[in-house]
Amino acid sequence: MNTYKKLIAATALAVLAGGMTMGAASAKTFVYCSEASPEGFDPGLYTGGNTFDASAHTVYNRLLEFKPGTTEPIPGLAESWEISDDGLQYTFKLRKGVKFQTTDFFTPTRDLNADDVIFSYERQWKADHPWNKYVTGTSWEYFAGMGLPELLQSIEKVDDMTVKFTLKRREAPFLANVAMPFASIMSKEYADKLQADGAMNQLNQKPLGTGPFAFVGYQQDAVIRYKANPDYWGGKQKIDDLVFAITTDASVRYQKLKAGECHLMPYPNPSDVASMKADPNLKVAEQEGLNVAYFAYNTTQAPFDKVEVRKALNMAINKQAIVDGVFQGLATPAKNPIPPTMWSYDEATVDDKYDPEAAKKMLEEAGVKDLTLKVWAMPVARPYMVNARRAAELIQSDFQKVGVKVEIVSYEWAEYLDKSKDKNRDGAVILGWTGDNGDPDNFLDTLLGCDAVGGNNRAQWCNKEFDELVTKAKETTDVAERTALYKQAQAVFKKEAPWATLDHSLSVVPMRKGVEGFHQSPLGDFAFDGVDIVE
Amino acid sequence: MLKFFVGRVAVMFLTFVGVSIIAFSFIRLLPGDPVALLSGERVMSPERHAALMHDLGFDRPIVIQYFDYLWGVLRGDFGTSIVTKQPVLDQFFQLFPATLELSVCAILFAVIIGIPAGVFAAIKRGSFFDQAIMGTALIGFSMPIFWWGLLLIMLVSNTLQWTPVSGRISLMFFFPPVTGFMLIDSLLSGETGAFKSAVSHLILPTIVLGTIPLAVIARQTRSAMLEVLSEDYVRTARAKGLGPLRVIGVHALRNAMIPVVTTIGLQVGVMLAGAILTETIFSWPGIGKWMVDSVSRRDYAVIQGALLIIAATIMIVNLVVDLLYGLINPRIRH
Amino acid sequence: MSETTVHGGVSTDSSLRRRLAEFWYYFSENRGAVIGLVFFLLLVLVAILAPWIAPHGPADQYRDAVLLPPVWQERGNASYLLGTDAVGRDILSRLIYGARYSLFIGVIVTSIALVGGIVIGVVAGYFRGWVDTLIMRLMDIILAFPSLLLALVLVAVLGPGLINAMIAIALVFQPHFVRLTRAAVMSEKTRDYVIASKVAGASHLRLMFKTILPNCTAPLIVQATLSFSNAILDAAALGFLGYGAQPPTPEWGTMLADAREFISSGQWWVVTLPGVAILVTVLAINLVGDGLRDALDPKLKRS
Repeated sequence: MNTYKKLIAATALAVLAGGMTMGAASAKTFVYCSEASPEGFDPGLYTGGNTFDASAHTVYNRLLEFKPGTTEPIPGLAESWEISDDGLQYTFKLRKGVKFQTTDFFTPTRDLNADDVIFSYERQWKADHPWNKYVTGTSWEYFAGMGLPELLQSIEKVDDMTVKFTLKRREAPFLANVAMPFASIMSKEYADKLQADGAMNQLNQKPLGTGPFAFVGYQQDAVIRYKANPDYWGGKQKIDDLVFAITTDASVRYQKLKAGECHLMPYPNPSDVASMKADPNLKVAEQEGLNVAYFAYNTTQAPFDKVEVRKALNMAINKQAIVDGVFQGLATPAKNPIPPTMWSYDEATVDDKYDPEAAKKMLEEAGVKDLTLKVWAMPVARPYMVNARRAAELIQSDFQKVGVKVEIVSYEWAEYLDKSKDKNRDGAVILGWTGDNGDPDNFLDTLLGCDAVGGNNRAQWCNKEFDELVTKAKETTDVAERTALYKQAQAVFKKEAPWATLDHSLSVVPMRKGVEGFHQSPLGDFAFDGVDIVE
Repeated sequence: MLKFFVGRVAVMFLTFVGVSIIAFSFIRLLPGDPVALLSGERVMSPERHAALMHDLGFDRPIVIQYFDYLWGVLRGDFGTSIVTKQPVLDQFFQLFPATLELSVCAILFAVIIGIPAGVFAAIKRGSFFDQAIMGTALIGFSMPIFWWGLLLIMLVSNTLQWTPVSGRISLMFFFPPVTGFMLIDSLLSGETGAFKSAVSHLILPTIVLGTIPLAVIARQTRSAMLEVLSEDYVRTARAKGLGPLRVIGVHALRNAMIPVVTTIGLQVGVMLAGAILTETIFSWPGIGKWMVDSVSRRDYAVIQGALLIIAATIMIVNLVVDLLYGLINPRIRH
Repeated sequence: MSETTVHGGVSTDSSLRRRLAEFWYYFSENRGAVIGLVFFLLLVLVAILAPWIAPHGPADQYRDAVLLPPVWQERGNASYLLGTDAVGRDILSRLIYGARYSLFIGVIVTSIALVGGIVIGVVAGYFRGWVDTLIMRLMDIILAFPSLLLALVLVAVLGPGLINAMIAIALVFQPHFVRLTRAAVMSEKTRDYVIASKVAGASHLRLMFKTILPNCTAPLIVQATLSFSNAILDAAALGFLGYGAQPPTPEWGTMLADAREFISSGQWWVVTLPGVAILVTVLAINLVGDGLRDALDPKLKRS
């Protein structure tokens, strides 16, 4: 009897849902074949780009936004801001009349105000905040990773529409940080309701913000659905529904794109790009990614503590072969530790020439004989290095030509990241970096500063001259001055060669011909506001 | 019978506790800690690392961790995913219908083709058909199914464009899951074309996952049939002048089915192993893919919980098969 | 159950030869088994002679010959008969060297599982009591997991790599041998000849391994062949998932994992050939296995 009733209810529900979909059939639906399941929907908790695409770039906004297609911060939920003369106080004026999304799980009663901003930051910052540990194993990765707990002095509500941030020291990249996904602004009203209902973990499952798309539903490892937010402060989107079809395999994504099952896909196989370009139904957008892949020696260990040895090995690596063999040409050989799209990139740098003969000679002169080197190859594909094992094999055969034996080692990813940090690590590591906020500090200081030795500084390289330049640049707000400092730092880097810089990969985005208004982000985000389908 | 049942359940419970110890200790032995992965390439400070280990309870004595865990499991709490922060059991129930649907289809595919093929081969023993069927079955039995899947995608989906490449249903269709089984849900939804779409998405994965069971069942059916056909009562029935169809259908087949049913039951474990590969290839959102993803994401809690749930499922199925076997085979007396 | 093999503590040369001849008679009757055996022997030969017959080194990269198709297709090149992969390595040479890995995997995994299984199984079956209970419960625990899943998690624990993959697979295969041996030992233990030698004062060890064991070899041999082919399949599957042999090892499953990105770009040979190699090898071993089973199992022989 009971089951029978349930079945009737189920059928009724299904018919209802069916009717809804039928009605929406004429609506414009945009399908994005995303590369992985989101880890969750609270961007503060995670670091994965696909998680941000599914939450920060659809459902949420931030005080500042990156101008589409660039890394320049522009007004977002903050209409304007002021920086005090000492560079320590940032005052943000909020946009008026910004509405939170109305969904079937929550109806907001008020517009955005200063409380929402303070809530969004303090939950990540203050250990005694009720939301600081709202799910098992909560950790605010980026908030901590960008050093905000040490940087922030206070966040104050000046009035309902004004928020003032006070810093402990001058930090030029702060504005860029505010535009990052982790700094998404949540609705305090929604959070309060969840807290009252005892359903706090829903914040990570049913997101609600001010963004262009409102969350509809997530079917684990399969589909995420959004609908355009009709009350969006930037105006309603041209598309009505947005669907993320989670498709982990790149070949499969391509098949779906070809079949018209999705409109746009990230991360194609390099080997498929040629045929994508030839397909009349598709178009391919390309942009240099904000990333670098590097080959870091352990500069504290003999013989790699010698500049000549590092230089010689750098000359033995055929970077073009890596670009061709691993990326099928969809990358550029790197000469600087920062990517060419980033401001302060030094065009004048002269790269080490690929010259095995000269390299061999230099090694002999340095008194290095019968050298064996462990090369660490990452076990996973990352945008900056899609197949590290293949790159390692190429380097192996390059080094063989100069009489250096290579043993390729690999570990499981977490272990790899952990072990490669070790100061006494044996061997050179293939790894890379994708910019978080477009500031050169995020590469130069984060990856090569003295503070990062034993951490992100995989070369274990601490150079006084370099470190001083980078630290000075961080505390300077004038961009021209900073540029000059960073250029000097790049020259020091090139002279000292703690890494072989391998490549900057091209970010390639294939889409259906009819897709318009998509802006490729240098940060590797996939955001769909402003996108339209014209058939 | 009851005594046998109680005994079996007791043994099963003991095994389950053993399984939980194994699953639990595996996870403690995994290299690289779960917390480090949360920050990716970005380095985590030792203080933050220690704090997180503490939050997740990884800093307590291992024995306490275990009993805590076992106590949770006995109350139906299989832990919380480190990545998605969702209860493991919830995730399991969300994904299990997809795997079950695929497995059931694969078994049906295997049975519907395998049993007639085996019977036919046995009747025509030594003929060309027998050799062809058994040859094909052996090829199926030897198949690396992950390659078989790739090959089928390459031929059927890419070149011929007959079937979709991955997923469970076309994205055009959107209806809330009622049963979790796409075939049923698509029918309930009342949308035209939904059922067809669900079926077309199922075809290739079903073939890939069903290939090995199909081969096993065909071979098993043939040898069981051969054995039964040579038994006295069948010969008697034949001698009595009963038609061949009657002899085969009524007498032989029924008896030959006893070992075959057992074989089918034993395929459950095989199915789950196969699901790991099949689901990975076809982006099928089920248990197998979930396990592979969780292993690569080091989601300790999920691996541990899912190992337990899966082992329990297999043990229960095996128990049921044993009981059924006792029921259909009167010669077995426990 | 009728027994055609001769029981006895001592077997004379002539009876052994007769048994072998009889075995070969039944085995060679099975055409498939003979074909399988011939192919298998060929494969062993190829594996042994790999350095001499492979046209190129398995890791040699020809940067100007990347992704060349097999020789019979347009753009094919006679020095790379089956084409080249994404970094210009000769696929034929890699397949030839790959045979070494697959056979190696089969031999090692089967040996570990077989030897370990026999020892544990004999101990369990002979001593019974709590030793038996403990061992069999342990085996139940291993059997409660789907084999590939258990191997996958084990390899994740031990670290990805060929050796670890082999250890994991051997461990997963263990219970089958234990169960078989135990059952055989238990049924043999009560037979007259065993009781006779026990009365005659034979030691436990001698009883277990010299007297009982030789009489339960048939099912073990059949199970061993099955394990051999399954080991190759499972190792390839682990390689495919990225947890088995690591590149540039020319292991077939690992080659397939590397080739996955080419399924839609038309370079069919990179995807197809390693799979064909796995299939044909496993098929040959299974053919031999079927032949062995028919020749060794007197019951099936009659039917």
